[in-house]
Amino acid sequence: MRIRVRLNGRTVEHDVEPRLLLVHFIRQVARLTGTHVGCDTGNCGACTVLVEGKAVKSCLMLAVQADGKDIVTIEGLANGGGLHPVQRAFIEKFGVQCGYCTPGMIMSACALLASIPSPSEFEVREALEGNLCMCTGYEQIVDAILHASTLDRGHGGPRRAPQAPHGRLGHGPGDPGRASGTTEAGHGR
Amino acid sequence: MTPERFEYVAPASLDEATSTLRDLGDEAKVMAGGQSLLSLMKLRLASPRYVVDLGRVPALNYIRDEGDAIAIGALVTYAELKASALLRERCALLPRAASVVGDVQVRNRGTIGGALAHADPAGDLCAAVLALDARLKLVSTRGERWVWAGEFFLGMYASVLEPDEVLAEIRVPAIAGWRCAYLKAARRPSDFALVGVAVRCRIDGRACADLAMAITGVSDRVFRARSVEEALNGRELETALIEETASRSMDGVDVSGDIHASSEYRTHLARVYVSRAIRAVGAISGPPTPSV
Ligand SMILES: Cc1cc2nc3c(=O)[nH]c(=O)nc-3n(C[C@H](O)[C@H](O)[C@H](O)COP(=O)(O)OP(=O)(O)OC[C@H]3O[C@@H](n4cnc5c(N)ncnc54)[C@H](O)[C@@H]3O)c2cc1C
Ligand code: FES
Ligand code: FES
Repeated sequence: MRIRVRLNGRTVEHDVEPRLLLVHFIRQVARLTGTHVGCDTGNCGACTVLVEGKAVKSCLMLAVQADGKDIVTIEGLANGGGLHPVQRAFIEKFGVQCGYCTPGMIMSACALLASIPSPSEFEVREALEGNLCMCTGYEQIVDAILHASTLDRGHGGPRRAPQAPHGRLGHGPGDPGRASGTTEAGHGR
Repeated sequence: MTPERFEYVAPASLDEATSTLRDLGDEAKVMAGGQSLLSLMKLRLASPRYVVDLGRVPALNYIRDEGDAIAIGALVTYAELKASALLRERCALLPRAASVVGDVQVRNRGTIGGALAHADPAGDLCAAVLALDARLKLVSTRGERWVWAGEFFLGMYASVLEPDEVLAEIRVPAIAGWRCAYLKAARRPSDFALVGVAVRCRIDGRACADLAMAITGVSDRVFRARSVEEALNGRELETALIEETASRSMDGVDVSGDIHASSEYRTHLARVYVSRAIRAVGAISGPPTPSV
């Protein structure tokens, strides 16, 4: 079946088997290997990506279900050479050890900050319920996300939906919040 | 893990979905959020020949005020239930239960229709709709029928849904101002309930009225705690009565034991959570209740 998605702002069209999981579409068809497979059972969140602005586990979604949708992966965050503020915050606060969970953690954090720009610690922890980390003990990850919420949003920063390098993220034309690039809570709604 | 090969059908309307199901017979399986079905397919515990994806039927996604009831389309997600101002005000039990299901990602994809159709013996929403006496609309090319939540669940992962039927709508009563609680004991936040207790009631003068309680996670299906309802309705909720009622709430129940909790431990947990749930609706303080 032929599907067409916006992936990090780029249109990707491909024939896929209906049984192909979205995570394998991203990794093997689009060759973006930043999205990880941890458990493959829907429990760990390493495969988290944004679909229409919402965090989902891409190992629990078929590629055909994403047809026509807008997807952002970890590769869609950095703008040109500059890191996204959430990425920067993970480095500054050492929210990374082995790094396996990190792409999923960061995507969940971006979804959170897009709907709640200044979350409480509780809200951060709640947003990470679906993301497991076997290294850090979570403390530095929570710190990093709280830190990111205070960072300069000079570049497609956490208060908006991650901006893809090549223009808008394929939302409908009647979406003034996006077109002007202003803050939009709960993007993708 | 990859599912076995299947053909994918994505109807654009409910009519199209039901005629597709009629034509394909029981080799077809409906998919909504896929948060349970896709896992089963990856483990090859389910290998349908056809997958009929409801995700492209926008007409099944609504939360509507119907006066004394609220109508909810089967495709409404947990996240949408949790965020609905209408439900929070007029049927708070449902958003409360939805907010403790799984994790953010699961709540973004999982739907109320899928949660009920799956009939998980530890399903959180199964308990909520049962305590609410919700009505469920089942549609096929043969017509539509309404069933009460109390008639819907038949056992572990089993319901009255026929293979050619779609669960299209869930109707819950509008009960603004009623007291309600959903308390869930789980090992970690994103886990299934070891015990989940859903309760709603009115307080009439000092007495409690129309109290209904449903329990999930302890048996092969969700069930109404009739002994609790009988003991409390028409009575004032006070500590001795609550403790006495809770201590007998598992009498006659076939409580399951597994690697997560033995039958004895689960029985104990269930009594404690029944007691806490009654205290919560009675606004009676007790030993500190962790918010799970
Ligand atoms: C990590 C994780 C944690 C979870 N934690 C919890 C939890 O704490 N509590 C809890 O209750 N659940 C939990 N779940 C399960 C989750 O709630 C599922 O989303 C839900 O059981 C199924 O909803 P769905 O929309 O994804 O349905 P699907 O997976 O698409 O379908 C499930 C079943 O229902 C049928 N079906 C779906 N929609 C319809 C319809 N409209 N009409 C007829 N048949 C239909 C399908 O054919 C299938 O048999 C968890 C799941 C995961 C992956
Ligand atoms: S790989 Fe998808 S949740 Fe673990
Ligand atoms: S840093 Fe190793 S799993 Fe999180």
